[in-house]
Amino acid sequence: MAMSPRKRAQVSRGVQYAILAVVVVAIAFAADWPTLKDTFISPEITPQLFPEILTIALKNTIFYTAGAFVFGLILGLILALMRLSPVGPYRWIATTFVEFFRGVPALIVFIGFYYGLPIAFPGRQLPGGTFGTVTIALGLVGAAYMAETIRAGIQAVPKGQTEAARSLGMKPGRAMVSIIIPQAFRIILPPLTNELILLTKDSSLVYVIGLSLSGYELTKFGREGLSQYTSLTPLFIAALCYLMITVPLSIVVRRMEAQADRAR
Amino acid sequence: MTEIHIDKDAPAIDVQELHKYFGDNQVLTGINFTVAPASVVCVIGPSGSGKSTLLRCVNRLEEPTSGKIFVEGVEVTDPDVDLDALRSRIGMVFQQFNLFPHLTVMDNLTIAQTKVKKRSKDEAVAIARQTLEKVGLADREDAYPAHLSGGQQQRIAIARALSMTPDLMLFDEPTSALDPELVGDVLDVMKDLASEGMTMMVVTHEMGFAREVGDNLVFMDGGVIVEEGDPVEVLGNPQEERTQAFLSKVL
Ligand SMILES: Nc1ncnc2c1ncn2[C@@H]1O[C@H](COP(=O)(O)OP(=O)(O)O)[C@@H](O)[C@H]1O
Ligand SMILES: [Mg+2]
Repeated sequence: MAMSPRKRAQVSRGVQYAILAVVVVAIAFAADWPTLKDTFISPEITPQLFPEILTIALKNTIFYTAGAFVFGLILGLILALMRLSPVGPYRWIATTFVEFFRGVPALIVFIGFYYGLPIAFPGRQLPGGTFGTVTIALGLVGAAYMAETIRAGIQAVPKGQTEAARSLGMKPGRAMVSIIIPQAFRIILPPLTNELILLTKDSSLVYVIGLSLSGYELTKFGREGLSQYTSLTPLFIAALCYLMITVPLSIVVRRMEAQADRAR
Repeated sequence: MTEIHIDKDAPAIDVQELHKYFGDNQVLTGINFTVAPASVVCVIGPSGSGKSTLLRCVNRLEEPTSGKIFVEGVEVTDPDVDLDALRSRIGMVFQQFNLFPHLTVMDNLTIAQTKVKKRSKDEAVAIARQTLEKVGLADREDAYPAHLSGGQQQRIAIARALSMTPDLMLFDEPTSALDPELVGDVLDVMKDLASEGMTMMVVTHEMGFAREVGDNLVFMDGGVIVEEGDPVEVLGNPQEERTQAFLSKVL
């Protein structure tokens, strides 16, 4: 059967659309829409979730994530510089930290953190109450990921930049702060934003730290709603709230990547 | 740290028995030469002959393996020397410009003045404007490097080095990365500098510049200085076979 390449491409595209249409129609017919709606966005339960799901849960998710991101960024930068240090023990400590916190599930980190710290340091408390505890626990996980990204960014800055800075008489630290790090952060802005998205989702695991009502974040709030109303609606609305954070961030990342492509 | 005592009567650059290895690879073998104050020495030679390495040893961007280097009587190779203070008196211009892309032209020219020389912001800006005037780019102080042509970037890089009011300048093939039509502007700036009495060590392939501006010409091959002398002499009547072979290829 002789077919021109153009014809063949057309047929292949037609088949793909046909399959898509069949699947969509099949799902639409097979699904029990009224029950689905009652389960996921029940008209009775949905209004009862507001405004708390926004004023408490969404707010806390944003606060925890933002706090952890800032803490993680600072710690990540320190770890990245340690990994690049000529001093052996600095490198080993940083590598161990990064490997540990990247390799262990966040949930286990939080449990270990929450129950382990009081045993390790009896009678002492972390500053900042729940917010402080969550920020530090979540930030430790974020730092491990960000350290690797930041290190890659620092190494991606051309060597000539350090040489130019040093030849002007700048000390290594000055060259790092004024010349290398600002350029590194431009390079890694997209992957760092991706890590912010991952951190937003990881914040759903901090419920193990024992939150009080005013400290509930979206997932904890949704789970409590689940048992209170025996309905999936609270979780589904919580999911939509996550998307309100993560989708705009994704769009920002794509914009930045497109911009970087154009600049190249 | 040793105090720096500048001796203006000493040679601007004095290299003594310089050897440099990269691992097992010997790149410089017993280099000796001097640059007199307010003179221009050009260094030519085939690619890989060690020209850049020699230049970069002078401000210790490369660590010499053995030998001594003095700049205005101060031993650069002294382990206790205040290297950063010394470097701030030695301007360096790179083949790839190496401007700071995240800073405007003005910030490129002032950052080391304020952070290293501890000049006030006003003073730094005033000096930067003078040097921009000198390289003919007074109207570009708010531009970012990416928005400038290669020739303009290199002239900004020269202005950045000059803003530190250095006593001498090192150039590593400053025009090799430029489109041919942009080379002239950069060479003109360098000629002006030379006529103002700046001490310059220039690695270059621009034989015309070497002949016209250079007080001394050094031909390197295989990590040694094969021949040196008056540029017109060396270029017009080379004594060594390797010099003749090289010049017959490039002239
Ligand atoms: N950082 C380095 N590490 C290892 N070898 C190097 C390095 N820099 C230069 N070399 C080697 O030293 C030799 C001389 O290089 P270079 O000084 O750049 O020569 P030129 O500037 O005359 O072309 C070359 O063989 C080069 O491969
Ligand atoms: Mg070179």
